[in-house]
Amino acid sequence: MELGFTTAAYVVAAVLFILALGGLSGQESAKRAVWYGIAGMALAVFATLIGPGSGLWLLSVVLIAAGGIIGYYVAKRVQMTEMPQLVAAMHSLVGLAAVFVGFNAHFEMTFVAGVMASAPTSLTAVGLESWMGEQNLGSFAQLIAHKTQVELNILKVELFLGVFIGAVTFTGSVIAYGKLAGKVSSAANKLPGGHMLNAGAAAISVIALIWYFNSGAVLPLVIMTLMAFFIGYHLIMGIGGADMPVVVSMLNSYSGWAAAAIGFSLGNDLLIVTGALVGSSGAILSYIMCKAMNRSFISVILGGFGGPAGEQMEIDGEQKPIDADGVAAALREADNIVIVPGYGMAVAQAQGAVSDLTTKLRSQGKNVRFAIHPVAGRLPGHMNVLLAEAKVPYDIVLEMDEVNDDFPDTDVVIVIGSNDIVNPAAQEDPNSPIAGMPVLEVWKAKQVFVSKRGQGTGYSGIENPLFYKENTQMFYGDAKESVSSLLPLLG
Amino acid sequence: MKIGVPKEILDGENRVAMTPDSAGMLQKLGYECLIEKGAGAAAGFSDADYKAAGVTVSKTAAALWKDADIIAKVRIPTETELKRLTKDKTLITFFNPGGNEEGLELAKSKGATVIAMEMVPRISRAQKMDALSSMANIAGYRAVIEAGNNFGRFFTGQVTAAGKVPPAKVLVVGAGVAGLAAIGTSTSLGAITYAFDVRPEVAEQVESMGAEFVYLDFEETQEDGSASGGYASVSSPEFRDAQLAKFRELAPEMDIVITTALIPNREAPELWTEDMVKSMKSGSVIIDLAAEKGGNCKLTVADEKIVTDNGVTIVGYTDFPSRMATQSSTLYANNIRHMMTDLTPEKDGKINVDMEDDVIRGSTVTHKGEITFPPPPPKVQAIAAQKKPEPPKELTPEEKRAQEIAAFKTQTRNQVTLIVVGAVLLLGVGLVAPASFMQHFVVFVLAVFVGFQVIWNVSHSLHTPLMSVTNAISSIIILGALMQIGSGSALVVVLAALSVFMAGINIFGGFLVTRRMLAMFQKS
Repeated sequence: MELGFTTAAYVVAAVLFILALGGLSGQESAKRAVWYGIAGMALAVFATLIGPGSGLWLLSVVLIAAGGIIGYYVAKRVQMTEMPQLVAAMHSLVGLAAVFVGFNAHFEMTFVAGVMASAPTSLTAVGLESWMGEQNLGSFAQLIAHKTQVELNILKVELFLGVFIGAVTFTGSVIAYGKLAGKVSSAANKLPGGHMLNAGAAAISVIALIWYFNSGAVLPLVIMTLMAFFIGYHLIMGIGGADMPVVVSMLNSYSGWAAAAIGFSLGNDLLIVTGALVGSSGAILSYIMCKAMNRSFISVILGGFGGPAGEQMEIDGEQKPIDADGVAAALREADNIVIVPGYGMAVAQAQGAVSDLTTKLRSQGKNVRFAIHPVAGRLPGHMNVLLAEAKVPYDIVLEMDEVNDDFPDTDVVIVIGSNDIVNPAAQEDPNSPIAGMPVLEVWKAKQVFVSKRGQGTGYSGIENPLFYKENTQMFYGDAKESVSSLLPLLG
Repeated sequence: MKIGVPKEILDGENRVAMTPDSAGMLQKLGYECLIEKGAGAAAGFSDADYKAAGVTVSKTAAALWKDADIIAKVRIPTETELKRLTKDKTLITFFNPGGNEEGLELAKSKGATVIAMEMVPRISRAQKMDALSSMANIAGYRAVIEAGNNFGRFFTGQVTAAGKVPPAKVLVVGAGVAGLAAIGTSTSLGAITYAFDVRPEVAEQVESMGAEFVYLDFEETQEDGSASGGYASVSSPEFRDAQLAKFRELAPEMDIVITTALIPNREAPELWTEDMVKSMKSGSVIIDLAAEKGGNCKLTVADEKIVTDNGVTIVGYTDFPSRMATQSSTLYANNIRHMMTDLTPEKDGKINVDMEDDVIRGSTVTHKGEITFPPPPPKVQAIAAQKKPEPPKELTPEEKRAQEIAAFKTQTRNQVTLIVVGAVLLLGVGLVAPASFMQHFVVFVLAVFVGFQVIWNVSHSLHTPLMSVTNAISSIIILGALMQIGSGSALVVVLAALSVFMAGINIFGGFLVTRRMLAMFQKS
């Protein structure tokens, strides 16, 4: 098949990918957008398979199909609450694939160099060309063979970068997966030495780059890969649980950049375009998340952030418990109700019960709305997906800015398993670790009920003065059982 | 000490200041209770009931006044009654100290302590002894019942086999305690209820009772009701005009009008004028709860029910609480009992008029031969003054324009700087890098730029699908693996095959999960 066809197919695929991302601006167009993405991917793979230079296409198809079956199985089985883990796990696959492809590029380069060295020196340029054609090289190898020395050097840097980013993405995603799945402690853990270790590993990687640049040997590449594995591991270990949404979208961005770097070394424009799209979208998403938490983008990317600057405000008072009857009575009286879901709702799988509660209250003519903080949950937009799964209509699910001014007019706020995002300390206590982070001002409502497992501090370990406020009452227990127990009481 | 309750002297007054229940409570405070023979009869409490509760029944009023150290009653005391006071006696009653100077002088000359129930400050702590509120509550309820009694139709709308009945429309003017009680009663009877008050902050309370608040198209900042201790104050003439215009508009539609507008120590304001009464339908009813102070409607005759020429009934009774004597006596007796609890901190049956206490100081009008009325303002504010929100600074069009231009300029400057820096960097790279690299590099930069532009528009709720779709798309790395899999080297083939396999998982997993998520989003 002609090279021209492949290129044309790549252009179409790139446009489809852009449409796929752009279509996510609205719920309805998003459904169409996914199909653009699928079509783009199918076209890209198809064009590459039948395009010049790809061999073993039968094996490729079998492998894709096998991977597809696993992917299909996983995608069907996964619970919506496990979405963050799944996304993180899939990032690690992309990262590892990038590492492999990068190594392959290196091997090909050495291989081609060997072939070139064995070429008879008597040949003219044209003769060399035809001789090369006889050497049964793959398309990529041929591409390399045509490169000048400068281009080869650039190629080295590109593949080196690709492997580096891929390796960081791989271990980082594995750790992120572990943290999100609860297999690794979610606290911010750093090895002694902290950032110095990262910096050291990065420095070694730079030295390895120079070494590799000059020698072209495989050893520096391996050393750098090990260093990058370590950086990925240590970077994500150092980030606390509350920052996970940023981490996941950041890893997403990394996997994109890795693809783009590999695209450079392979001279494949579609890889570059798609990698850059994914990379920049992930970066912007992380930036949006960081702004929502009032955290410095840089400090989150580099792993962890400073502790509290001074003594945190003392909290006095006590947490007042309330039972289901009390909550139900207040709900019966209320006209304006806002529900603030958090990760606790996801953990308890309470979204179905919450949805039933909403339906019931709405059928009684009450104004029920949901307030979603940008970083609620463990993934950007996590809560929206869970509520959507439970068939809560999306037009009553509001963002922080849309709903924050309405709290003074709200009769009852039910906080379900969220903590930091409703913490008044962010505004009242300049020494709080979350000082300055925009939060949902639920304490301005007439009554606040907090559904919570027990008295402990949340995922991030920060005390929450909301629980001690006059108008706050604690509705202890498993979120799903608590919410379900309200249903029969509301008649 | 002994607490005595005489029979009310005023004609038609059925209430009594002590019930057998409250007597029991007072005895627990250490007091001995006396009651005049037949005092509770009109309220449904017989002397036998009192005796059973351990109350001593006095034969005559004179004997009671002589024996008791503390006298509790309902109505403003007459001269005869006041003359019976002595230096060590305490009288607890409605007293109207603002308009009862002779009474004050007389009590002072006798040296007695007089506690006026209407002077209890409106603070949370004193609500349990706020007799004005408890009586107003009853008046509001009774006003609706009285209106129903004089109104020839149902309150609630019904569709019956015999025809359709429209619901009654009720307008309550003044949403104080009486007004709110009337609103509650009226809505629970099924009438469509409207309510008006000069204090816009009560709109919420009105709406919470199920009535519709009548808003005026009036721009002036209405006076904050909290400044006057929770009571209404006099409004400006312009405001009054707007108010009357609104009432005029409503009058023909209304079946029942209940006016409760009172301003402390003033003649009741005229809110329902003669022409409004004329425009009302025949059979309509007006209940004027302000009749005692001259009425909100000038046609009202105090203590009487009249019917106008166009068939509108105007009820001007002033004794609504007394018409429900059992209920009002129970509540009033409780108010008195709570007052006594506050006056007896030691629970030893000894009265202690603590002039440092806001509530006691506020309601005591004569003490130790001195007139202590009017009281100093209470230390605790009745209602927290509403903080006036700082109005956002209004910008003139020029200022706005200048701001916009400035914002635009900085934006332009930033963008130009970014572009220049970017271009310089690109040129720098272009100088050293070979053409084949630059070709790819341009593509890369453009793609980053497109990604940057596209993602800002993604709605927040779709961030999770965005992540999973970009994840799926990032498995484009499969192309690299596919290009390498045909290579001669076995190691390369194995690594490439692994990559293809992993990317395959990712492609299918990523897109399917995204589809699953998006399928869930639905509109209500």
